[in-house]
Formats: sequence, C-alpha cells, structure tokens
Amino acid sequence: MTLSAQSLWLIPALPLLAAAIGAISARKNRSIAAGSAILAMSISFVLSCLALNGALLAPANHAFFNFDWFDLGATTVRLGFLLDPLTAFMCVMVTFVGTLIFIFSLGYMKEDANFKQFFCFLSFFAAAMLGLLIANSLLLLFICWELVGLASYLLIGFWFHKPSAAAAAKKAFITTRIGDLGLLLGILWLYDSSGSLLFYDGGHGVLELATLTSLSGQTLACGLAASTAIGLLIFCGAVGKSGQFPLHVWLPDAMEGPTPVSALIHAATMVAAGVFLVARVYPLMSADALLAAVPVHALTVVAFIGAITALMGALIACAQNDIKRVLAFSTVSQLGYMMLALGVGSWTAAIFHLLTHAFFKALLFLGAGSVIHAAHHEQDIRSLGGLRTKMKVTFANFAIGMMALSGVPFLFSGFWSKEAILHAAHGWNVSSLPLYAGLAAVVLTAFYMTRLIAETFFGKARSEHAEHAHENSAVMTLPLVILAVCAMALSFLAWPSPWLQHQLDPELQIETSGHGLMILSIILVGAGLSLGWWIYGRKLRQTVQQRDPLNHAAPAVMAALANRLGFDELYAGTVGRVNTLTAAFANALDRWVIGGLVNFLAHLGVFSGGVNRQIDEDNLNGGFDRVSASIRGSGQRYSKAQTGEAHGYLRVIAIAFIVLALALVMGGVR
Amino acid sequence: MSPLHLCLLISTGLFCIGLAGALARSNTILVLLGIELMLNAANINFIAFWRFGPSPVAGNGMIFVLFAIAVAAAEAAVGLALIIAVYRHQKNIRLQDSTTLKG
Repeated sequence: MTLSAQSLWLIPALPLLAAAIGAISARKNRSIAAGSAILAMSISFVLSCLALNGALLAPANHAFFNFDWFDLGATTVRLGFLLDPLTAFMCVMVTFVGTLIFIFSLGYMKEDANFKQFFCFLSFFAAAMLGLLIANSLLLLFICWELVGLASYLLIGFWFHKPSAAAAAKKAFITTRIGDLGLLLGILWLYDSSGSLLFYDGGHGVLELATLTSLSGQTLACGLAASTAIGLLIFCGAVGKSGQFPLHVWLPDAMEGPTPVSALIHAATMVAAGVFLVARVYPLMSADALLAAVPVHALTVVAFIGAITALMGALIACAQNDIKRVLAFSTVSQLGYMMLALGVGSWTAAIFHLLTHAFFKALLFLGAGSVIHAAHHEQDIRSLGGLRTKMKVTFANFAIGMMALSGVPFLFSGFWSKEAILHAAHGWNVSSLPLYAGLAAVVLTAFYMTRLIAETFFGKARSEHAEHAHENSAVMTLPLVILAVCAMALSFLAWPSPWLQHQLDPELQIETSGHGLMILSIILVGAGLSLGWWIYGRKLRQTVQQRDPLNHAAPAVMAALANRLGFDELYAGTVGRVNTLTAAFANALDRWVIGGLVNFLAHLGVFSGGVNRQIDEDNLNGGFDRVSASIRGSGQRYSKAQTGEAHGYLRVIAIAFIVLALALVMGGVR
Repeated sequence: MSPLHLCLLISTGLFCIGLAGALARSNTILVLLGIELMLNAANINFIAFWRFGPSPVAGNGMIFVLFAIAVAAAEAAVGLALIIAVYRHQKNIRLQDSTTLKG
C-alpha cells in the first residue's frame, strides 16, 4: 500500500483536526484533547510510512501534485505537495518522535492546569511542521514556516506567568523573524526572476534545470550570480530557525518552555527545519558550483557558518550548569554539523545526521525531563547527583543517548552519521578548516556529555530534591526505551552500506578513502570521554558550592563561556541600544515637535476665542442669552446619554444596526 | 444553497460572534478582537460578492480586501498602543473603567 502525492495533505490535516478538537473542548476535559492528539499523530505516522513506502519505489522521482490556490488578474498562485524520499523520511521521523513525545507529555504535564491547551498547541505545531515538509511550493513552505514559529512562541511561553518564559518566547520570535525577513526577500526575488515558486513542476519549477541555468547565468553588479544571492537570502531564514551563528541566541533561552516542547520543537523537529529547507533547495544553492568566476559560492558560506556554529556551541556547552542548557548548546553545535555537511556538498549526510540526531536528542531531552520531573524542577546539575541508583531506567537510556551523541563507535547511530559528515568535510577541496572544526567539536562533545552524566547521575545527591527523586511511571519511561532502541537501531541506515544516503540520492557516489579518518575520530571520541572522566569522574563533586575543576585552571575562559561569549550583551549593546535610541527619538519628536505644534495651534485657538468673546460680550449679548439658556437645558438632558462607557455606545450602534436591517428587510430591498 | 449563500452565512455567523464578543467582554483587547472578527466578516463578503459576482476576473474584490487587511493591521497597532497607554494610566484595561469622557 502506498500514499500518493495527491493525498499527502492527510498527514498534516489529522493533527490540525486534533488541534481544533482540543481548542473547542472544555478545559477540564483532558482525555479528549490528549487522546485525539495522540491518535491523530499515530495515524499520521502510519500514513507517513505508506508515503515512504511509495517514495522508495522510485527514489529518483519527485512525485508532485500542484493545484491553483487563487488567481489575481492574469496571475495564478499555485501551491502543491511533493513526495520524494526526503519528504517521506522527514515525515516518518516527525510523526514517530512526535507520538512518543506526546505520550511522554501525558506524564510530564499531568499536574498542569492548562493540560488541554498544551496538547492543542502541540498538535497545531505538528500540523504546521508536517505541512512544511510536504510543501512543493516555497510559498506554502513559508506559510507553514511562520506557523511553526508561532507554535514555538506559544509553547516557549507556555508558562507565561514566569517573566523569564515570556521574555524567552518574545526573544525567540523576534530573532527568528530577522532571519525570516531574509527568507521572504529571497522568495520575492525568486518569484520576480523565475515567475514561479513551485519546486518541481514538470520542467518549470524553480529547482529544475531551465530555471537554475537562467538564474546562475545572471550576474549582479557585485559579481555574484543571482542564484547565489537568492540562495544566501533563503539561507538567512535557515540561520534564524536552526539557531546558527550569529542568530543562535534564542535557542538556549527557548529551554524556558516545558521539557517535552524542548525535545520536540527545539531539538528534534523545528530547529531542523532550517537544515531541511537548505537540503530542499539544494539544487538552487549549488547552481553556482560550476561557475569559476564568482567571488563566493553560496555553499561555502553555509559550510563556514556551520563550522563556526558547531565549534562555538560545543565550547559553550562545556561551561553551562543547567542540564537543559547544556543540551541546548549541544543542539546548536549539532545543527552546525548538519549545516557544515550541507555546505561541503553532502546534503544526504546532513539529512542522515538530522534523522539520527532527532532520535537521540529527543531521547536526551526526555531523559532530562524525566530527571527534572523526578527532582521537582531542579535543573542545576550542581544540585543534582547520585540519580544513577535512584532512576535506573532513565540513567540507562540517558547513557545510550549520550553515547549516540558523543559518537561512540559502531553500536550507536550518531557515530555513523557523524562519520558521514566528517568524511564529506574531508573530501571538500575548498578548505580544510571545517574538517578541523568538526574534529575539535567531536572531542568537546564527548567531553561535555561525560561531564553532564558524571555530575547528574554519579556521586551523591547534593540537594533535598535530588535526595528524594525516584523513577517515573511507565508512561514517561516507555518513550525513553523506544527512543533508545531507535538511537542504536538507526545504525543500520548506514551499515553495512550507506542505504539511507543512496535512497535520498540514487546518483550519489560515496568514495571510500580508507579508514584513517574513522580511526582518528574514534581516537578523538575516546580522548574526549576519558578527559571528561579524568576531570569530573575521578573526584566527584561533593557540595553544590564546590568550584568546577576547569574554573581553577582557566577562570577567565570559563567565565566567558558560561556567559555564552557575551552575545546577548553584544546584541543588547548594539541592536538593542539603537532600538532604544530610535524609540526615544520618536518619543521626543512626538512629545516636543508635533506636540508643540498642536499645543501652539491650541493656544492660537484659545487666543482667538478670547478675542471673539470680548467682541461678543461687549456687542452681541442681550437677547441671545435667553435662547442659549434653553439650548443649555436640552443639552444637559442630551449629555446624560454621553455616559463615557464604550459598551453603551456599542450597544446603541448594534441595536440601531439591527433596526435598520429589519426596516430594510421589511420594506423590501430594491 | 448556492456557494454565495454559504459564504454569506459564514460571514454572518462570524459577524455575530464578533459582535457578541465586542459587546460582552470587559477586557479591551478582547473587544478589539471582536471588532477584528466583524471586519473579517465584511472582508469575506467582499470576496464572496467579487468571486460569485458579475466580473470575477478583475481582481478588485481581492485588492479591496488586501487594503482592508492593511488598514486593519494599522488599526490594531494604534488600538493596542492606546490600550497600553490606558493601562499605564489606570493600571487595568477594563473597558467599563475608562469613562473619563463622560458628559
């Protein structure tokens, strides 16, 4: 059984329906909202599997279904759905991880008063995300892209009574909006120069040869090809959404949301949308690859941004003390890896890492959620400790996730996808810097994950909450176990042969250049793990106040890293200050210049009124007095109607409107 | 029932929901929301009469609605700014409490 491109809309439609049911059901009716959300998501998973089945029958074929949305004059705006292995694999991943996280949320959000709303938002997010995946039009993708951003805003600020959560939601929304402006400009430019926004349209789509040739043939005044400029603008959107340098600042703050949200949106799915977008428009991004004369290729920029992000995220993660922030910076770093892979020309390796990362990072976040739930919302790893014996299932699963993320060889999927990326970076002939950044991040990743495990699960409990922690119910541990199994089983996507990458791109040639790089990276992983254990595992932390061993060694560096290299301060000092100054200027303009003008006119009016009054009182009084007295009387009576209450006015307008409508209907409209 | 009738019924329903919201709510933001709903009901009417009217090819209904949406966005910005100003002044945004314009 397969699902055709024409009925692909069913996959996002079901969660959307569940969101609608959740929205209109009563607040105390918890089981309807949660039940419909989980049911819709699991049916979508089955449908996605059918779609994948269909897509794998002909992997090179981009099956699409386009339709007219509306027409305006001579222009027709068209949207469409696209079914190829990329879409299908992503849909399967999102629905599968989503279902597990929904189930986990049943336990995690059990005591929350807004339980029903939470599931409504989650379903809405899933619908938007799946819509983004199946889009065959940059316009439809952009619409869903913004809806996903809205859902992310609502869910980060889900505990809106906490000022930090409200601020984090606002920060995430505004920061990603900066990237989205670039994306929107790219879309407009692309539409202007190619007349279409459909990806595939039987030869007329923007990702097909005719358009690509004409776009890469146009040269702009600055020497760039048009396709490079459009590609870079589209990449701006991906930078914002995927937390790449320099717009990564929102992602760690987004951890203010409930932990299932962090797992689903800010680790597994939404933040990967940027990587998906670049992979989707990869033909456009790489259209300038064969032009020798251009000053810069779009993909080179992508590779360097990715390398910087991968290294920076891993560095900062070493100095964070909040369990979720460590994982957040690890996500930033891993997304950097994916961008690096895209940039060095291996989009299949990027998608492979995206898929494996979604599973093991969701696992890690849910494991962290399990810890946080058990320890009564204690998130500081200095105050945790000793949970290994108290939470055996969580510990075992978290350890599997940690080994997958660190890239422990052979058994864990993360190893294979990371290997594919390093391999691709090795084969890139423009520069070796991304490869070195990637290798350095391998050591750091193993290091900070060892630190996280040692501090959280080993030693003795260092606070009241950690002392009394105990394992959670099966509704929270079962998703962990399933994800842990997947984190290992996904190794089979790359071993014994790179099956997934061949399915994504059947023409792909993967040259095997010996095992030197693989051995090097295994050594680096071992070095990171043993270094981490040597520093944090030998002498376990005894008290909350005890200083970090690395803080003794290099206090200035660690302080800078703990402060996230000061990006927030930098932006507050530059962008924030410019904004404040502009606002102050506008305020002054309004208050003094425009206000002054209005006041001057008012004084002029008062003055002329005074002159008038003098003339009146001297010459025209007398008989008018009696007339005005009677007018004043009636005026006083009328002023009773002027209650100042807006509702009263509204009511009068509404009643008058109804009377008017009735009069028209009774009288018959001509 | 023709599609035009269906559209008009939907817009009437939307208008009534908006009207009820604007009349019954005491939170000024929600009153503003009700007004926006009524505005959108009018927009649906524009589109419906254009789409099923005598000349659906010319884009005038659509253009009209685009302008209405732009105006509504500006109106929402002004309205929210007013609400913030009122909130600073009297520390709440209950519509019943802003009665200083009483005659």
